[in-house]
Amino acid sequence: MTVAPEKNPPIKLPNEPAITPQIVAEHGLAPDEYERLLKIMGRTPTMVELGIFSAMWSEHCSYKSSKVWLKKLPTKAPWVIQGPGENAGVIDIGDGQAAIFKMESHNHPSYIEPYQGAATGVGGILRDVFTMGARPVANLNALRFGDPENAKTRHLVSGVVAGIAGYGNCMGIPTVGGETNFHAAYNGNILVNAMTVGVAQTDKIFYAAAAGIGNPMVYVGSKTGRDGIHGATMSSTEFNEDSESKRPTVQVGDPFVEKLLLEACLELMATDAIIAIQDMGAAGLTSSSFEMAAKGGLGLVMELDKVPMRETGMNPYELMLSESQERMLMVLKPGREDEARKIFEKWELDFAVIGHLTDTERMVLTWHGDVVGNIPIPPLVTEAPMYERPWTLTPLPAELDAAKVPAPNDWKASLLTLMSCPDLASKSWIWHQYDHLIMGNTAIRPQGGDAALVRVPAASKGTAKSAGHKGLAMTSDCTPRYVQAHPETGGRQAVAEAWRNITAVGARPLAVTDNMNFGNPQKPEIMGQFAGAIMGMAEACTALDFPVVSGNVSLYNETEGRPILPTPTIGAVGVIDDIATSAGSRLDQSGLALVLIGETKGWLGQSIYLRELHGREDGAPPPVDLAVERRNGDFVRGQIVGRRVHACHDLSDGGLLVALAEMCLSGGTGACIKLPVRDVAPHAYLYGEDQGRYLIATDDGGALVEAARKAGVPAVLLGYSGGPDIAVDGLLRMPLQELLDAHEGWLPGYMNSAA
Amino acid sequence: MKAAVLVFPGSNREGDVAQAIELVTGRRPQMVWHGDGDFEKVDLIVVPGGFSYGDYLRCGAMAAQSPVMAEVKKRAAQGVPVLGICNGFQIVTEAGLLPGTLMRNSHLKFVCADVHLRVETSQSLFTNRYQAGQVIKVPVAHAEGNYFADADTMKRLEDRGQIAFRYCGPDGSIVDGRGNPNGSSSNIAGVFNDTKTVLGLMPHPENAVEPMFGGTDGKALFEGLVEALS
Repeated sequence: MTVAPEKNPPIKLPNEPAITPQIVAEHGLAPDEYERLLKIMGRTPTMVELGIFSAMWSEHCSYKSSKVWLKKLPTKAPWVIQGPGENAGVIDIGDGQAAIFKMESHNHPSYIEPYQGAATGVGGILRDVFTMGARPVANLNALRFGDPENAKTRHLVSGVVAGIAGYGNCMGIPTVGGETNFHAAYNGNILVNAMTVGVAQTDKIFYAAAAGIGNPMVYVGSKTGRDGIHGATMSSTEFNEDSESKRPTVQVGDPFVEKLLLEACLELMATDAIIAIQDMGAAGLTSSSFEMAAKGGLGLVMELDKVPMRETGMNPYELMLSESQERMLMVLKPGREDEARKIFEKWELDFAVIGHLTDTERMVLTWHGDVVGNIPIPPLVTEAPMYERPWTLTPLPAELDAAKVPAPNDWKASLLTLMSCPDLASKSWIWHQYDHLIMGNTAIRPQGGDAALVRVPAASKGTAKSAGHKGLAMTSDCTPRYVQAHPETGGRQAVAEAWRNITAVGARPLAVTDNMNFGNPQKPEIMGQFAGAIMGMAEACTALDFPVVSGNVSLYNETEGRPILPTPTIGAVGVIDDIATSAGSRLDQSGLALVLIGETKGWLGQSIYLRELHGREDGAPPPVDLAVERRNGDFVRGQIVGRRVHACHDLSDGGLLVALAEMCLSGGTGACIKLPVRDVAPHAYLYGEDQGRYLIATDDGGALVEAARKAGVPAVLLGYSGGPDIAVDGLLRMPLQELLDAHEGWLPGYMNSAA
Repeated sequence: MKAAVLVFPGSNREGDVAQAIELVTGRRPQMVWHGDGDFEKVDLIVVPGGFSYGDYLRCGAMAAQSPVMAEVKKRAAQGVPVLGICNGFQIVTEAGLLPGTLMRNSHLKFVCADVHLRVETSQSLFTNRYQAGQVIKVPVAHAEGNYFADADTMKRLEDRGQIAFRYCGPDGSIVDGRGNPNGSSSNIAGVFNDTKTVLGLMPHPENAVEPMFGGTDGKALFEGLVEALS
């Protein structure tokens, strides 16, 4: 099929302004991009056409700076059903079931209006997953806020958490995991990355590609209002002092309507009436209709006056660019409209046939019978700007000699400081606001293990739920200070830590979704961070058989020229065949042997200890040896599913002593360990952040150490659980209760204190 | 035991309670849509948790006016047992089947956590498998669970043994609101009507019926109903 010539050039609407260079610039199109547009169109565009190009070619929708790099990530494995390019990634989890998942950012809106920004971030990612036919089974979120001392931080934490809670709780999807960090680099640009995991039957997955000339295009869900117009363009620019005046470009969510939309869509999906379906996310009706037509190699006619409208006096430009929430676009089989309409009317949602598919490969927009837009579809996609922006890699910093980092004067004070510092303090103030138990499938809750673990509902209908033993493990990870110090190592580490967290509950890591949050890509050093992180991630994903199946890129995360820490958040999913064989991280029993798996050299460069106790963020981040990572992880997983592990925790921020303290606090049991005699300084041994390590509690420490020796995995017995104290022989002894008060107390104390 | 679970637009724990009932009875309960004022005769009506009608206006206020609730009121008057959980508690209270009201949590936030409950009486359809004074652990998940009633009503509830569950410490102690997740009067977590055929409670016994998924302390409530109603 080829693009038909333009038969009906659009009319100019009354009051439509002339297209001036200023209007083009306001639409975020560079002069050469506008030249490209003119070449494609062969004439001056109308306002609605200009708006469509602006949205489709925004960084947010086109990935114009990142595409060349994203192609370097591995995306294939025998269990991958759908990689990047659809609404979400799809992997096979056995028994005819698929896990469908993705993570997406809503950074800019959440900074401008935290409650609605975060809420609609959750709403958007949920739609991405259920539009493919999955029932969402879990949400996670990765949040990065500014310095707690920053005047705005408290307000942003409170609004973002309430927004996520308000949306996810009402939808009835458990929010089971995530991470929250604080760093001054996010003062003017917080990160809100939301992830949804859903489950579908592998033979009932829905895609966006339209098919069938003449088939009806149907609009369902909420009415279209004026909210969020140009959201995609807004999120593709840097912030400045005026950004808060952009509040009207933030969408407003209604989780109640989305819940109805979810149920109505799943009810219709149980029939075979749908050919294609796409949610209206960024750039609303524009990107959804374009993607459906482009993927199907077809054209379409949309009668915009038939779009359900929330306000009077709306025009085609507003209708095409609105980012009103809770809307879907579908292509139905001919003659199935009434059947579908009945379902949506039952759920009290709007349902309107707003157009049909054509063979012209053109998008023709009409308004009360007049053509107001007429755009050839393929060139808008194929000739979209794509940039190979200049990049400079961040050099690897010099390794920090641990011997030159002072030991703590007071061991007890050092542990208290770390366990109550903003990054390591308990986040229970946050996750108690999230319904993490609804659906009755949550086996590992927040703070209960390294990954959340959720039972997969039984495959066949009508079977009691207890018949299902399979579980999905999920986590989200990134250590931005490592990525900042050396993006390749940081990228590698983010993937490895996600893999390790899935492993630490006994599950097989299967695939990841990446949410790339970076600064302005037009600066070579920022583009270099992006490039470096991708190289590291690609290497780790390949070595660990852990392909990327979906993702999202958020650039221009800068305020007044100051970029955020580069933050490639990794969301990961794994599967365990029988939840009964999983392990949490709670040390809830006395007399268990504590065995450290992996090698400890005492790496203090870029450690939390260095930052929190000595106010320094320097040195090289800990190296990640992927072969060792795999060997150690495979061993640990085997021990867990073989039921030789009572509890397991990976070692990450804060190293061994922080990991032990977390296990003790979550399980309410003390422990006493003794450092093995060796040439590593105690503070480097206890607080170093060497990678590829786990702390395991087991009934039979000797057997575990012996099994590790046979597998060529370093393992050492450190001590035993029991008693009311946490103790390190000769260095430290303190009551758990005191540590618990500090650990649990920081965040509520901070949130409840006056600004 | 034949049970019906009501479904309103915005209900979201209807599946959880249906699963719990199925686990105990081996039978899937009937799911009844909010517009259906004429559903099959059943032994138990369950009004589940969620955000019926988006919690707009006031939690439970709109659902209380739905066609199905008119029928529920009629059957409750005839003695058909009604169990309202969380949003269902708010709905049956709004519908006038139980005294008092549920206000915003005193700390103003949504709370999802395990809580300890003291079973105040075993003399009911719903609690006959528990001992009076027994402490059980079940989760709560709500933003408006702060039970309030005027002094006369509170006295009547106490005198007639209409308080079903109270929030308490792990040892069953009730000390100045400790263990109370929402600021409810007198630590009330659940109340009966005066014939003890209607129970409303904020906690979710349906999310505590399996060992690996939150424990089994809620299971006895459903088992007790089966025993009383089969």
